[in-house]
Amino acid sequence: MATTAEELDRQALLEGIGCSRKRKEDPRFIQGKGNYVDDVKLPGMVYADMVRSPYAHARIKSINKEKALALPGVLAVLTAEDLKPLKLHWMPTLAGDVQAVLADEKVHFQYQEVAVVVATDRYIAADATELVEVEYEALPALVDPHKALDADAPILREDVKEKDNVGQGPRKHPNHIFSWEVGDRDTTQSALDTAEVVVKQDMLYPRVHPSPLETCGCVASFDKVKGQLTVYITSQAPHIVRTVVSILSGVAESKIRIISPDIGGGFGNKVGVYPGYVTAIVASIVLGTPVKWIEDRIENISTTAWARDYHMTGELAADISGRIKGLRVNVLADHGAFNSHAQPTKWPAGLFSICTGSYDIPTAHVKVDGVYTNKSPGGVAYRCSFRVTEAVYLIERMMDILAQKLNIDKAEIRRRNFIKADAFPYKTALGWEVDSGNYQAALAKVLDAVHYDDLRKEQAEKRSRGELMGIGLVTFTEIVGAGPSKACDVLGVGMFESAEIRVHPTGSVIARMGTISTGQAHQTTYAQIIATELGLPSEDIQIEEGDTDTAPYGLGTYGSRSTPVGGAATAVAARKIRAKAQKIAAHLLEVSEADLDWDVDRFKVKGVPGQEKTMKEIAWAAYNNVPDGMEMGLEAVDYYDPPNFTYPFGAYLCVVDIDKLTGETKVRRFYALDDCGTRINPMIIEGQIHGGLTEGFAVAMGQEMPYDAEGNLLGNTFMDYFIPTFVETPHWETDYTVTPSPHHPLGAKGVAESPHVGSIPCFTSAIVDAFAHLGVTHMDMPHSAYRVWQKIHELGLDKQA
Amino acid sequence: MIPGEFEYHAPATVDDAIQLLAQHPDDGKIIAGGHSLLPMMKLRFAEPAHLINIFEIPELKGITEEGSMLRIGAMTTESELIRSALINQKCPLIVEAAKMIADPQVRNRGTIGGDIAHGDPGNDHPAVMLALDADIVVKGPQGERTIAAKDFFLGTYVTALEPNEIITAIRVPASTPGTGYGFNKLKRKTGDFATAGATVVLHLKGNTCDEIRIALTNVGPTAFRAEAPEALLQGREIDDALIEQAAIKVMESCAPAEDLRGDAEYKCHMAAEMARRSIRDALARAKGN
Repeated sequence: MATTAEELDRQALLEGIGCSRKRKEDPRFIQGKGNYVDDVKLPGMVYADMVRSPYAHARIKSINKEKALALPGVLAVLTAEDLKPLKLHWMPTLAGDVQAVLADEKVHFQYQEVAVVVATDRYIAADATELVEVEYEALPALVDPHKALDADAPILREDVKEKDNVGQGPRKHPNHIFSWEVGDRDTTQSALDTAEVVVKQDMLYPRVHPSPLETCGCVASFDKVKGQLTVYITSQAPHIVRTVVSILSGVAESKIRIISPDIGGGFGNKVGVYPGYVTAIVASIVLGTPVKWIEDRIENISTTAWARDYHMTGELAADISGRIKGLRVNVLADHGAFNSHAQPTKWPAGLFSICTGSYDIPTAHVKVDGVYTNKSPGGVAYRCSFRVTEAVYLIERMMDILAQKLNIDKAEIRRRNFIKADAFPYKTALGWEVDSGNYQAALAKVLDAVHYDDLRKEQAEKRSRGELMGIGLVTFTEIVGAGPSKACDVLGVGMFESAEIRVHPTGSVIARMGTISTGQAHQTTYAQIIATELGLPSEDIQIEEGDTDTAPYGLGTYGSRSTPVGGAATAVAARKIRAKAQKIAAHLLEVSEADLDWDVDRFKVKGVPGQEKTMKEIAWAAYNNVPDGMEMGLEAVDYYDPPNFTYPFGAYLCVVDIDKLTGETKVRRFYALDDCGTRINPMIIEGQIHGGLTEGFAVAMGQEMPYDAEGNLLGNTFMDYFIPTFVETPHWETDYTVTPSPHHPLGAKGVAESPHVGSIPCFTSAIVDAFAHLGVTHMDMPHSAYRVWQKIHELGLDKQA
Repeated sequence: MIPGEFEYHAPATVDDAIQLLAQHPDDGKIIAGGHSLLPMMKLRFAEPAHLINIFEIPELKGITEEGSMLRIGAMTTESELIRSALINQKCPLIVEAAKMIADPQVRNRGTIGGDIAHGDPGNDHPAVMLALDADIVVKGPQGERTIAAKDFFLGTYVTALEPNEIITAIRVPASTPGTGYGFNKLKRKTGDFATAGATVVLHLKGNTCDEIRIALTNVGPTAFRAEAPEALLQGREIDDALIEQAAIKVMESCAPAEDLRGDAEYKCHMAAEMARRSIRDALARAKGN
């Protein structure tokens, strides 16, 4: 720890951990010099476009390609029949199911991929898709998941209808995917039976889409001479893509190069492997020429991975003082046409069982049933760790409802149930070990900052005048950093993360990680970790990710895992280098290692001022003057398998004013306190929080994917799908506490998802609070003006005097 | 989102444009700023074989004062309207409406003529034109004619513009003392069309309203004048009770289509609320003038 002014000066020069260093990525992005997949242009490149189903459920009677093939410039039209000999008409999903690459005999959702057209020109490809003649026989669509398991429900997946298991345990109906249970059913039942108070609430977390600014796409290039496949791809997990492509294609992993260049946002949408990628790769192998496939916005929203669609019922048992005795949750999960949700393989409901939240709940039971419907497949973490958003939404709603039932303030009910600060690590009733937390302090800081009591007084006055003002409160606990390989794998690969660091003779550094930034600024923050660990300036540290030929194997960036797992790998690899550097320094200074102290950027001989070697000097020596028996060079690799998840937390408060005559909500105030443990770059954290809060605002207030009774997706453009601009976005106030993770090398926990996970129930809490004095306990999202007005109108609040 | 094939024409004069339109009577289409037409073409809802761009034609630009009227070239963009000192001074209602259209990118391309010609019930200028009692100046092979705004909007995407005609200008009356306007538009978000909108122009003689026009947006097959509430308020001293009665008549005059913005009931109520606000705003401005 630096203490003197001279040491602090040297530390500042490093721009290491804790420094609000400017993002290294920004100069190229703001000058339009980024390199995204659609910027990639290869010699001889041709273009793919999809023929998609207008029906949500139909049998394909015939496909006639003749007219399309006759159009000059069209090179190929591929259907499931063409992929069948290659066994590529279906592909395995991460969840043990299979997904049609191109529709095989049936279509199961509107816009499903039916055929792919490849042409010399993007425009010709689009024209040719209209010339492919597909004859359909429409079938009744299953849209409501609550009807999926009815005896007379249409059977969707004829390919698996005889199977009693589609990869995630026994099932009871051809439209059933899995049942997953955790916790103690009997003690939970008993807690509910004997409780002084029980509250129960149905709630829908609607289907929403992450909608990154850049849609999905790829450029596949197969070199027939070398037998090598290169794919530029919009992927949050390039190494996993390489493994999947190798398994699917039979090409050796060593001959496949996956490159994720600059990625324009992911938010979970870019974890999966999509039919467009697979068909572009096949087309490139068949034609021997590079093939580009880029989706448009409608295709992105309609067919690639969405999130949520959880129909939840929560039950809390408590005593009359509000102390919780048990929690039961039943979920009906709408997984769409194929079970292709992206989760750690063994977790069909992801990490949903974190739903006991920040509270000391003695017993709990959770059951989740997944069903097929005629909607697009997917189910990903939309800026959250695997169903954590749903879990936090459920418990935070239930806390409010319990508080209302008992007429206890919603801050007070939380205080009474918090896991105590001295109880960490805390084992939850559903089996998680929460690493660290201080929930009381976080809540107290927020309530003080906003003058909570004054807000409640103001609200009481407004209510007496018939005005609608709501105060939302959430005290959430996240679970991120998947994850320990004993609990988590993807297709059998443990969810470790990797870093490889090389220190050059002059003291500059190149480091490569298995993660991939989709906007999080890894080039900036990983360099800061290395700068602090090695005492070398971050400006001279180059970070590279996303090229499987050069980066070490990693599981990618999603579920807020880059800092908790990738950041840990980076720190540990750097510490391996520092340990070697210490030996070299001892050799150079002719003392024993034990006589050396680390001081910001150098080793000093204890008690002998001036006897020291800087990291730069040591780096030079590593290439010409090392102790006998030591190999030259200064580099290290680490594959970090985390001992536990990390558990960031926060306390959020929201104040809304609702226009009784239009239903419009004005978010007057939003105060977000986050505790993500050690903070690597406070400016980037604040940016992440602003982004997460804005996406949370979008989800809570407007985002939805509405389907009509025939399974047509309404609202798949940005005309309808809500992406807030700065006009709609509220002002955000941010704050923090620091409770380091005890098991992470840096004490860091990850932050990108907290504001999303935490803010969404906070908006709902505020909206419902505006009506709480009228007996309203819950309102489903999205809280659009239209929907809020319907509640106002139902209550007769819009009557003119 | 790739349009079909089309041939692009960029005539230098209005007469050239009219001639091109005559040459392609069935598959020619005029394009102005393109922000309504291009999305439809990208979705292949519209597939004109000939696109005739009139955006750059100089004689369709510019704002001038003609006696008590303002003449606005059809290819004047929303941004140009917003920045025009003349419009700000003599017809601020248009500025207020233009500011609420879409987003800055669209306003830099979107034109007042295109907005009116498209006949979309969700577009904002039609109701403004109705409320201002504007004239639409059009030109075709037979020469120029003027169509009153109240006769122009016939149905969804249907206007009194003949297929061989082009809107060349809009003529609106400059504001006079005692005149007030109100423009209120409820929208879900930036860039959206109105869930419901109401534009009001009224004139006060003393405290009596001797002239009022109430025009509604996106609550019927086209923008339209709500005549029943106009008749109610005409010749009266407008107070809150009367506004409330007018609001009910506004609601009764609406026939909106349900969509993701809301059902018919919501839209009727929102049209009424926008009308209340616009009547109040117009009254306040008329009194201030």
